[in-house]
Amino acid sequence: MQRRVIFDNKLLPYLLLAPQVAVTLIFFIWPASQAVWQSVHIQDAFGLRSEFVWFENFTAILSDPNYVGTLRITAVFSLSVAVLSMAVALLLAALADAKIKGAAVYKTLLIWPYALAPAVAAVLWMFIFNPEIGSLGRLLNAMGYNWDYRLNGDQALTMVILAASWKQVSYNFIFFLAGLQAIPRSVLEAANIDGAGPVRRFWTITFPLLSPTTFFLLVVDMVYAFCETFGTIHALTHGGPGKATETLIFRVYQDGVVNNDLGASSAQSVLLMVILIVLTTIQFRFVERKVHYS
Amino acid sequence: MATVEIKNVRKSYGPVEAIKGIDIAIQDGEFLVLLGPSGCGKSTLLRMVAGLESITGGQVVIGGRVVNDLEPKDRDIAMVFQNYALYPHMSVFDNMAYGLKIRGVDKAEIESRVAKAAEILELGRFLTRRPSQLSGGQRQRVAMGRAIVREPAAFLFDEPLSNLDAKLRTQMRIEIKRLQDRLGITSLYVTHDQVEAMTLADRVLVMNHGVAEQIGTPLEVYQRPASLFVAGFIGSPPMNVLDAVIDPSGQGVMMPGGALLPLARPRPNDANRPVKLGIRPEHLAINEDGLDTSPVLVELVEALGADTVVYGRLPDGEPLLIRMSGLPSCTEGDRLAVAPQPGALHLFDTATGRRLED
Amino acid sequence: MSNEHTAGPHSVGRRLIDLVPHIVLIVGVLIFAFPIYVTLIGSTWDAATIGRGSLPMTPGGEAWTNYSQAWSESHGERASYTPVRLMLMNSLIMALSIAVGKIAISILSAYAVAFFRFPLRMVFFWMIFITLMLPVEVRIIPTYKVVADLGMIDSYAGLAIPLIASATATLLFRQFFLTIPDELVEAAKIDGAGPLRFFFDILLPLSKTNIAALFVILFIYGWNQYLWPLLVTNSADMETIVIGITKMIGTGEAANDWNLIMATTVMAMLPPVAVVVFMQRWFIKGLVDSEK
Ligand SMILES: Nc1ncnc2c1ncn2[C@@H]1O[C@H](COP(=O)(O)OP(=O)(O)OP(=O)(O)O)[C@@H](O)[C@H]1O
Ligand SMILES: [Mg+2]
Repeated sequence: MQRRVIFDNKLLPYLLLAPQVAVTLIFFIWPASQAVWQSVHIQDAFGLRSEFVWFENFTAILSDPNYVGTLRITAVFSLSVAVLSMAVALLLAALADAKIKGAAVYKTLLIWPYALAPAVAAVLWMFIFNPEIGSLGRLLNAMGYNWDYRLNGDQALTMVILAASWKQVSYNFIFFLAGLQAIPRSVLEAANIDGAGPVRRFWTITFPLLSPTTFFLLVVDMVYAFCETFGTIHALTHGGPGKATETLIFRVYQDGVVNNDLGASSAQSVLLMVILIVLTTIQFRFVERKVHYS
Repeated sequence: MATVEIKNVRKSYGPVEAIKGIDIAIQDGEFLVLLGPSGCGKSTLLRMVAGLESITGGQVVIGGRVVNDLEPKDRDIAMVFQNYALYPHMSVFDNMAYGLKIRGVDKAEIESRVAKAAEILELGRFLTRRPSQLSGGQRQRVAMGRAIVREPAAFLFDEPLSNLDAKLRTQMRIEIKRLQDRLGITSLYVTHDQVEAMTLADRVLVMNHGVAEQIGTPLEVYQRPASLFVAGFIGSPPMNVLDAVIDPSGQGVMMPGGALLPLARPRPNDANRPVKLGIRPEHLAINEDGLDTSPVLVELVEALGADTVVYGRLPDGEPLLIRMSGLPSCTEGDRLAVAPQPGALHLFDTATGRRLED
Repeated sequence: MSNEHTAGPHSVGRRLIDLVPHIVLIVGVLIFAFPIYVTLIGSTWDAATIGRGSLPMTPGGEAWTNYSQAWSESHGERASYTPVRLMLMNSLIMALSIAVGKIAISILSAYAVAFFRFPLRMVFFWMIFITLMLPVEVRIIPTYKVVADLGMIDSYAGLAIPLIASATATLLFRQFFLTIPDELVEAAKIDGAGPLRFFFDILLPLSKTNIAALFVILFIYGWNQYLWPLLVTNSADMETIVIGITKMIGTGEAANDWNLIMATTVMAMLPPVAVVVFMQRWFIKGLVDSEK
């Protein structure tokens, strides 16, 4: 799309674009192509020579059972975060959208966690579920349940899922609320007159009409779980115990920064980019279609 | 104040020719209305004068200066848009003052010019308001104020009244007329509303498909339409157009039903020539004698109060509109003998549609 | 809802049903507020009380000591830290530079793409668009290398500049610019405004709401950055507050300066939460619009 009325100027548009393009080239395109280049090369021990190895780096990481485990954990983690945070958000949004007293106050009290960094959200959860200093952590142990997410892998995964979802609920809540408010009142009133009760109305009318929002949030939440939750995991478990909470991003960080293995981390970065590009493309195609039909 | 000359101006959008060579010289202080149906190229022509659209061929001359390659701001024109195009974030005062500020006019001068324009347009009370806090008519006035304060060589209007309701439109039309009389600034005014054209214009340029069909005073355009298109476009209800033939003697014109209508001036050279015959509905009268006329079958009668429109049919099936003053004197199913008033016949060439001059 | 008209056995049950949404919402609100409450309380007690795991539910008397110590001192009982004062400053500079930088370069490039026609226009547009698909996290290592090669480690420039390219903001502004009526641009041209004047006198003021909305969400985005600052800052003086907290916690042993950590956490949350709560309208607009 383009405006009909424009300005005539040869040089100015390039000057206006220059800063954005420079930053994009230097910090996006160039490093991304570096990653692609490195992912098909192997450097010798001194980093002096590199050899083109086709997909060797990729086959190496994909046949590494540890990496496959990381993939599995990432999938479980991302889906759980997406589903859990969306379910809670939808429940709260549906209730807060109804004409009840104090809806505005509830909204304010429910959206502020968006402001918290994932790492800070994780720290707050630690204050409560730490088995030594956290009140609920101690309570669990006192009740005879052996709770220590620092030692038990399943407990650790549960903990990061809960902390990451807790922080994402507010985001989903805002979008569900916007989606709900976009549903024409008359449609719901028609269903009401047709005799559908509130619960039935929700599942047969509201929820299907919300499906664009739901789908959009599913993708956004997956991307969030892939990328931004690095902070949650780094603050809570450092990927442990063992590799119980190691997600793809965390592993890239481990291999690239901590273990300084550039070839492996580049191949992983490239895989991550592919996953992200697929996710966002799906989202755009979908959004485009939505725009078409509405 | 200045003359505006449009010399063989053309405009192409790729292969499409939107303006196909238009010539007109607008006198200093003249009010010229560009009139034509939607898509005929009125706005395009106006925007080429404004400098908002590049000129494919020909010249635009404002105040003796060829402006083809000048930016809009250097052409010494001001423009009023259909949707007002006011700056939403500026007060009424700032909207009017903006063009002057850019031109570096000093503050005191700006204030006095805006104050004067505001007084003329009765906007004094609104100077600190935002456009969103004004009614449609008031916004329209601000848009005109913005043009007035510039004291330009020419005003350009592109359907300035189209967004107003009927009553306000009539009122603003009168105001524009008064304003232009008072300021005497050369004006080009685009509209597709013929009432606006007839009431405002010193001269009308009737356009169709990118060509000037006719240029003339409102009365000329009404009384002597230069083509079938103009004949059909001007006047309401529209002119009746019938297929007819000049009689062998050249003294009259023969209707399809056989009736012979006398011509005011004989055309012996055109004997037996087929023509298009135009008769305005208001120039048809019920012929008490019933001589030399065709009986018209009345199909529908619309009583408008001040006058009556009769939808009739000639014996050969051609429809015929008749407009009579006063209340209806016939009803559906009647047969009327009608005849045109003397000298009210318009003849057009069947092939080109151009008027056959007397 | 329930008044005289619904009297009888119905009304009590009806009232209870009407209460259900409130109960659920209040539980929701509490789940979100509880951790904050615990942290606020914790920040008013001494390290030992917290470390024993016997934190009461009411405020203690150590608030002033904890906050002032965390604010300005570089060591607690057990370890040394970067003072909050410094970390807040770093976070503020980073968040502001990212928000302002993103808005500035995005609005300029959106202006170029929407209001001019020039060779390679679509190439640039797609190049910017692609950046949308690649969050910094997925290309973190190569980006880190570039920044290291440019000598930008441990600098504000290194913290902010690599993050300021923004497809989202560019698309948002472009979308908005496409809705500006042509006649408004033409009126400005006739009034004598060139492209720069038009930008500053008309487009920028008209974009105010969009800028405010974007600013709020970008400020939070910048404030909450984690992986990137973790990599590009080594010196303690450059630490941002979010990173600072997790460094203070370390492995999470009981023997920690929990009082200071909790005070620091409260101070880390305050600015972005204040922005969201006080600029709620802009915040929601920014969030919803930028995802369109
Ligand atoms: N940018 C353009 N590209 C291609 N064709 C155009 C363009 N602008 C106008 N046209 C065509 O030129 C012709 C004249 O358009 P113009 O806007 O001048 O009509 P108009 O007489 O002002 O009509 P209206 O009364 O509807 O405003 C139309 O057929 C239109 O489709
Ligand atoms: Mg037009």
